[in-house]
Amino acid sequence: MTNRIHPLLILMTILVYIFLLGPLIIIFGASVSDTTFLAFPPQGLTLHWFENIWEISAFRRTIVTSLQVAFLGTFFALLIGIPAAYALNRHRIHLPGWLSTLFVLPILVPEIVIGFSLLRSVNVGLGAPVFATLLIGHTLLVLPYVVRVISASLASFDFSIEEAAISLGSHPVKSFFTIVLPNIRSGVIAAFILAFITSINDVSVSLFLTGPGISTLPIQILAHVEQFFDPTVASVSVLLMGLTIIVMVIVERTLGLTIVAK
Amino acid sequence: MKTLAGWILSSPATLAVSLFLIIPVAATISVTFTAPGGTFAPYVDFFSSGFQRTVLWRTFEIAAITTVISLILGLLTAYVVSRSAPWMKSVLIVLAVFPLLTGVVVRSFAWLIILGRNGVLNNSLEWLGVIERPLSLLYTQTSVVLALIYIFIPLMILVLIGVLENIPDDLLQASASLGASPTRTFVQVVLPLATPGLIVGAVLVFTASFTSYATPHLLGGTRQMTMGTFLHQRAMTSFDWTSASTVAAIMVVVIVTTVLVMTRLAKRLNPMAS
Repeated sequence: MTNRIHPLLILMTILVYIFLLGPLIIIFGASVSDTTFLAFPPQGLTLHWFENIWEISAFRRTIVTSLQVAFLGTFFALLIGIPAAYALNRHRIHLPGWLSTLFVLPILVPEIVIGFSLLRSVNVGLGAPVFATLLIGHTLLVLPYVVRVISASLASFDFSIEEAAISLGSHPVKSFFTIVLPNIRSGVIAAFILAFITSINDVSVSLFLTGPGISTLPIQILAHVEQFFDPTVASVSVLLMGLTIIVMVIVERTLGLTIVAK
Repeated sequence: MKTLAGWILSSPATLAVSLFLIIPVAATISVTFTAPGGTFAPYVDFFSSGFQRTVLWRTFEIAAITTVISLILGLLTAYVVSRSAPWMKSVLIVLAVFPLLTGVVVRSFAWLIILGRNGVLNNSLEWLGVIERPLSLLYTQTSVVLALIYIFIPLMILVLIGVLENIPDDLLQASASLGASPTRTFVQVVLPLATPGLIVGAVLVFTASFTSYATPHLLGGTRQMTMGTFLHQRAMTSFDWTSASTVAAIMVVVIVTTVLVMTRLAKRLNPMAS
């Protein structure tokens, strides 16, 4: 089959892939450069900029906040998203069609509008603390991914097994935890990972929901780039790429990477 | 009983979306209709300013160019990937997923290093002797479009690989055995069957570039404001929340209209359905 593709098309594909990966390699090079400004190719090699991440307290704080928000937001999204996905698959005929649309709304509404609206209504309007509002924003942001991935793995689950357990006297709640949940385990792991990476990388929702003392890593990166054009941001970026690689390996081991494209 | 169980299980998520998404966004939009000065005053204000009209038009233009170029490059790349040998296909998919999972800030930042005054591109051109003084490549519409294409091509490739894989191989072989050249098969068989998928990809890229913040902020700055960066500036620098809400409302209208019109178009153009 391969030989039927026009050589020019193959050349173009190679160029597209160079375009895709080149800039990431450039970041890697800039992160180890021995200069006080961003340079590629690196002039001399140093790991100083990686140390610098931990020396700048703002980065330390925002990394901690980002991890907290990503873990908690994903946890809450799983807590409300798994039952919702279960209901949508198990009781679909008894539920109106718009309900499944409702759970993808956070993807349809522009993220930046969600962030601004939460600032107006929840943070300023209701007087909720910044961290709580940020957490609410991230839970909403990742909810569609959770519902979608869990629904995808429930779609291939045979509910008659669960019904058999219930008809043999097992409590529905117990049946869910002992029969349904173990069967969709890989879906839960994939949903967790996708949600976590989405949350860690988010800018637009977090943009309005950060305040004095509370910020997330991508927002801090934006602020740092504006003030200092030094390689620290390149080394933070390399750390984030390392995280992405770890995530890809885990996703590949659990559900296969095709889940990302869905 | 079953209906009740379904409702109870989905209620926490329903409640969360209603309380923290629908009500706040509705409140944001509704303040634009109750502003002092009349029902549509904020919109009259928005559209009577040449600067604000420019921001809206520029955002449209940037999103449209980004979408068209990503569509063309994405389709051709996805076609090659979907026709590759299985092991090669896996490698190419992994290489497209990696940038997709790398955050938008990191990927936009890469273009700062490339296009900056002392950036990779300027240094290379100077070294080659093409230019004598560094060019101002940043904070132009081109730099924003370039970075947005970079951000969204992986998404387009992955969506289109999924679409192209669903086209039965038999059809392509039939077309070839009936004497069609590969180009003709592509245009007359692959393209019509891929159209609904192309529309889905286009909608994803258009809406995401229209509402993006980090990329236009880093590569366009205040000189190339888009609806996203303008909304932030109105809200956090000018503290004009009515004006910011108006920008938000216009964004929602543009996105919802695009999605509705295009999904309808995708259904109508689906050759499988007719």
